[in-house]
Amino acid sequence: MYFLYLLVVVAVVVSFIADRTKTYKAIKIAFKKFTKILPAFAVMLVLVSIILTLVPDSLILHYLGESNMFKGVLMASFFGSITLMPGFIAFPLSGILLQKGVTYTVISAFTTTLMMVGFVTFPIEKKYFGGKVMIIRNVLSLFIAFIVAVVTGIFFGEILR
Amino acid sequence: MKSKSFITYAKAAGFVAYSLFLMFSFLKGFEPGKKMAFNLGYFSLEMARILPPAFILIGLFEVWIKKETIEKHFGRESGLRGHIGGILLAGTTVGGLYVAFPVAYSLYRKGADLGVIFTYIGASAICRVPMTIFEASFLGIKFSIIRLSVSIPLVILSSMLLGKYLTKRGYAIKEGV
Repeated sequence: MYFLYLLVVVAVVVSFIADRTKTYKAIKIAFKKFTKILPAFAVMLVLVSIILTLVPDSLILHYLGESNMFKGVLMASFFGSITLMPGFIAFPLSGILLQKGVTYTVISAFTTTLMMVGFVTFPIEKKYFGGKVMIIRNVLSLFIAFIVAVVTGIFFGEILR
Repeated sequence: MKSKSFITYAKAAGFVAYSLFLMFSFLKGFEPGKKMAFNLGYFSLEMARILPPAFILIGLFEVWIKKETIEKHFGRESGLRGHIGGILLAGTTVGGLYVAFPVAYSLYRKGADLGVIFTYIGASAICRVPMTIFEASFLGIKFSIIRLSVSIPLVILSSMLLGKYLTKRGYAIKEGV
């Protein structure tokens, strides 16, 4: 995070020294682009707050911890797709799942869909890509997550023993 | 046009109902509502920290990077090299998909191939470097290596196919429609 700020400060200073008008223009573009997409971000924030309240960690622990593997993968993909979590919540949660005896296969489905399939980021994705491409991309990502989960299961000796 | 204004009204009504619900929850001490407000605050702060610097970098990218440079490295002729470039770029992306979309749009405007764009988006979801290190510390390095070595080729392959298909159909990415 600090690195990002350092990078921005250095980039802006270097740019300013090199060409003042270009730098002003860059800031202007940044501001314009930011305000244009801001409403979509607002919708995303509202969705995140609602979904994370309706789907607390305890619910995820409960559903992923108790079902059989096939059901577990489906459940994991479902929760992974509808929620958005920062890494420092998602991975410790996955660590707890692992300790509770949840298979790597299920955890892999959960983390991969969490990263790749974004229900709450739909408002933003739709603004740029349109609804159709957004759906295609997310469905493809879901398939990729399934394949990753199965291969993970094979490598950890959970599937095809 | 009529349906669009209806959606706008519905969205506005939703926001009002949402805000009223949060206020009511605080007044009455309704726990789930308070939790919702906490989540909203938390993620808003997170966005407020990541988005302004990210958009400034996008702005600088727009004015300084030449179209030819992007066309050469990420354009239609770049092939697999372009996709690998997209993955390397994604490794340094902060935040997640919500940052990758505006970056992808700028890349696209500068002449990047659609397939490379989708690889970049997919990769910025799955192989951001700090996130992967964090993941490995909780789930083990073996887990991360399997995940990356299976998902990256699949992301590249599906992005190439999707890119080709959409390019053929004359698809274009727009901003804020």
